[in-house]
Amino acid sequence: MDMFQNILITIATAATPLLIAALGELVVERSGVLNLGVEGMMVMGAVTGFAVALSTGNPWLGMLAGTIVGALFSQLFAFLVLTIATNQVATGLSLTLLGLGLSGMIGESFVGQPGIKLPNIDIPVLSDLPLVGKLLFGQDPIFYMALALVFAVWWFLFRTRAGLTLRALGDNHDSAHALGIKVLRIRYLAVAFGGACAGLAGAHLTLVYTTQWIENMTAGRGWIALALVVFASWRPARVLAGAYLFGAVSIGQLHAQALGFGIPSQLLSSLPYLATIAVLVIISQNRRLTLINTPASLGRPFVPDR
Amino acid sequence: MKKLLMTLAAAASMAALASAAEAKTKACFIYVGPIGDFGWSYQHDQGRLAVEKALGDAVETAFLESVPEGPDAERALERFARDGCNIIFTTSFGYMDQTNAVAAKFPDVKFEHATGYKREHANVATYNSRFHEGRYIQGQIAAKLSKVGVAGYIASFPIPEVVMGINAFTLGAQSVNPDFKLKVVWANTWFDPGKEADAAKALIDQGVDIITQHTDSTAPMQVAAERKIKAFGQASDMINFGKETQLTAIVDDWGPYYIERVKAVVDGSWKQHDVWAGMKEGHVVMAPYTNMPEDVAKLATETQAKITSGEFDPFTGPVKKQDGSDWLKAGEKADAGTLLGMNFYVMGVNDKLPQ
Repeated sequence: MDMFQNILITIATAATPLLIAALGELVVERSGVLNLGVEGMMVMGAVTGFAVALSTGNPWLGMLAGTIVGALFSQLFAFLVLTIATNQVATGLSLTLLGLGLSGMIGESFVGQPGIKLPNIDIPVLSDLPLVGKLLFGQDPIFYMALALVFAVWWFLFRTRAGLTLRALGDNHDSAHALGIKVLRIRYLAVAFGGACAGLAGAHLTLVYTTQWIENMTAGRGWIALALVVFASWRPARVLAGAYLFGAVSIGQLHAQALGFGIPSQLLSSLPYLATIAVLVIISQNRRLTLINTPASLGRPFVPDR
Repeated sequence: MKKLLMTLAAAASMAALASAAEAKTKACFIYVGPIGDFGWSYQHDQGRLAVEKALGDAVETAFLESVPEGPDAERALERFARDGCNIIFTTSFGYMDQTNAVAAKFPDVKFEHATGYKREHANVATYNSRFHEGRYIQGQIAAKLSKVGVAGYIASFPIPEVVMGINAFTLGAQSVNPDFKLKVVWANTWFDPGKEADAAKALIDQGVDIITQHTDSTAPMQVAAERKIKAFGQASDMINFGKETQLTAIVDDWGPYYIERVKAVVDGSWKQHDVWAGMKEGHVVMAPYTNMPEDVAKLATETQAKITSGEFDPFTGPVKKQDGSDWLKAGEKADAGTLLGMNFYVMGVNDKLPQ
């Protein structure tokens, strides 16, 4: 029975960084900006989180620093695509390349050192419950933050005036501008939020998932987060479903291998991608609903005419 | 990436100064991962540093890291060859065809390809290490220590090198406990700490009490430490990640080989060859035997001595294939060709080999 709970916890750990980074990118894209630099911001958050935790001995500071650095790093992108109106795809890609290189340089002296783990929450009695105790009440704090963030992002986007404004300029920045909405200012903030989320997701990698720093250790998770946003048709709850489904199939296939079912491992390894795409395609069947959810100004530069 | 650019810039400016520094021999290295992986590429870079240290002013070195296997490798190789590299080490199996293709265009440049078998031109040499010698010892240790008689093996890709490791481990374990079983999980990556950690967790959840890996990061070691079971390090000594966890590690020591080969270029005696060296030549080194009772460490040390002296070969019969058919007769030794193209399991591996 312990095994069942352990598997679920492993799935949650695998899904959490994807979920956080994807939620951040969802807000960015809802505001009409496409930031392909998620991987770069994530890896910057990962190296900063690790370095600060190790230098200060305090993983909480590491988590905070990773989040802040993610946000700051994203502002470089924001300045280029918003103020100078450079091409968003090219700039986002450069941000990823820059992040991967820069983090490798910053992290060089931290390679080969074991890090510090963010302590798990431990609620007496509750976390000792059989079957679900540790899963629900005894995990790392970022796991809970990620779940809270799903609700917070949904609530913000669909239940607040500010969220409505953000979605409005994502759909038509010219009209929003004509109404007197500060398009660029809101987009700066959205990009910063996306950066902070990616940074936190990165910090999760080095402070919870595997407490060590190795170059390129994000290993493509930023790209998976980006894909999740599109397949989830820009809906927070679907991002949650997508991230956990991806996590579940990734872990499930490892178990299937260890049990020795004799299914080719290459096929099993590609299952998480296939399954996630298939399910999200099915839930986005309604084309009209998908179109309604797609930010119409996504990726288009905005240059105010006055 | 930035480091890569800096290396390139340095290489370009050095090419401009080539006439001034003509006397120096230039040794160049191409790595598949970042030098900060603390595993495979890290150890190759340690070898490069050893060359710099040993040969000093007579040589200069350059490297490119995280070069993907495939067409990108060919471009990187061509650039190195044009920039005046005298000898180029390509340190991953997947560079095999590119190495030979570029070698055809630059007959004056020497190429050394690690872990491959193609030498289509006179200026291509291949080299490899007999890592499976260490895996056999690990298998013996695992069988001595495991209470459940099952070990978990995190594998990367089903290439002969990796299959050979799995088989050697199994044979080592069976020499102690004939019923020993091995669970194999293919991560289908050399390098993804998160995935490697997940694979380790999956294996431990299924009840193995010792894990070993043929992927490059230290993540499985950390998971083993957390779950309080034992594990083996890979490519470099990972004791820092599991002070009470690591039993030993196979350490790749490329330094002596790189020094020897670069020296051969310097004095003009370089010749094509195919080297497959192991413990005897000092290419495969075992990290100290830790966290085990004395009798187990003694057994490991004895086996190591026998392999080093050449008295014993891990692939010595009788050995049966997984399907129960005979492979090696009693006392028969496997030939290098079969080993380097190994595409079958021996008996006792609980996995179907991906083809």
